[in-house]
Amino acid sequence: MDDMIAIILSKYNYWTVITLMMIGLYAMIVKNNLIKKIIGMNIFQTSIILFYVSMGMKKDATIPILEHHPGMQEHVYHAADYINPLPHVLMLTAIVVSVATLGVALSLALKVYDQYGTLEEDEINAKIRKASVKS
Amino acid sequence: MKLIGMISIFWLFIVLVYGTSDFSAWGDPESPCNLHVSNYYIEHAMSDTSVPNIVTAILADYRGFDTMFETAVIFSAGIACFFLLRRPKYDAPEAVVFRHIQTGITLRIEKGGRLPKESDEFERIDTQWVPYDLVIQVTSRILVPFIQLFALYVVAHGHHSPGGGFQGGVIFGAAIILFAVSNTLRKTTHRVSEKRSAVLCAIGVLIYAGTGVCCLLAGGNFLDYSALSGLLGVDPVTARSHGIMMVEMGVGLAVTMVMIWIYYNLSSAGKQHEGL
Repeated sequence: MDDMIAIILSKYNYWTVITLMMIGLYAMIVKNNLIKKIIGMNIFQTSIILFYVSMGMKKDATIPILEHHPGMQEHVYHAADYINPLPHVLMLTAIVVSVATLGVALSLALKVYDQYGTLEEDEINAKIRKASVKS
Repeated sequence: MKLIGMISIFWLFIVLVYGTSDFSAWGDPESPCNLHVSNYYIEHAMSDTSVPNIVTAILADYRGFDTMFETAVIFSAGIACFFLLRRPKYDAPEAVVFRHIQTGITLRIEKGGRLPKESDEFERIDTQWVPYDLVIQVTSRILVPFIQLFALYVVAHGHHSPGGGFQGGVIFGAAIILFAVSNTLRKTTHRVSEKRSAVLCAIGVLIYAGTGVCCLLAGGNFLDYSALSGLLGVDPVTARSHGIMMVEMGVGLAVTMVMIWIYYNLSSAGKQHEGL
């Protein structure tokens, strides 16, 4: 029983991330509405961000901002005292890129709506087929 | 279709959860990703750059190339939105209707007539018109300058506390978007025009790359800020701290203006004279 709890406690962050990731993937595959697909993509991106940030975690460590005040010039910093800053950097830029991709995705959706008058995928497909049969 | 999707995703879930059995435990300081290069960053960030916030030091100095192209990516996202949505042709309507708010008199101005200057006394009545709302307008008018001040603080204090160009830029952009949401898009484009936002966005990227070129001209490598020590008149370690500051300001400018630019194009579907 104790082994089971130890496994859960050491892995539950990954399971949370995978659950979120699957929710996003489900929305991207199954949902019919383009906006819902975009929201699914955003949930997927969020799960990746959570995954990276949780990987950088260290037990008994603090945030990656070095303790500093006058008189600490000769201080030696130990890596075990601060959590891993590298995933934070990578995800900082990933968040901004996700905003940018969201903007481009939404503007593409707007263009699709202008063209076909709907955002439902099956209706768009039907209209494309109709147009190709005519021509 | 729904069932197939559900089954395949459930299957993938099982596979991925099984895969986590090989992952290192959460919070393990000895896990592979917490060894190698990140330990060097933690131990040497202070002596290399004199920036206590290791995230900022890595973002703008150790991984400066990565961040530079990241800035280029968001700039190209702004350009992509612009080319996808913007409608270049503006058909002037037959007549424009303005209302004087205090008296309720409505003016119909024919094509070619002189439009009243932007003020609180006249409002334009068109398809996008929304009723005047005192609470929203006054609240946003009080909030916007403080949000902008906070954004500048976040950019400037990125060396010592959580913050930096990306975060501060997004907050600043959000302040202007709040203004655009609570008032009209037309009022906002009077203050920050689309042209200005696009040019400033490009200037932001240029500041970043220009700092790198300055380092080249001063005899160092691209984005090696310690080469600027002669130019700035400080020792190499402080020069790296200052170089990070310059780069962060470029990033902040680019991010702010990209947010505003994308919002302008998205909210009005490319017709910016109408908008929200």
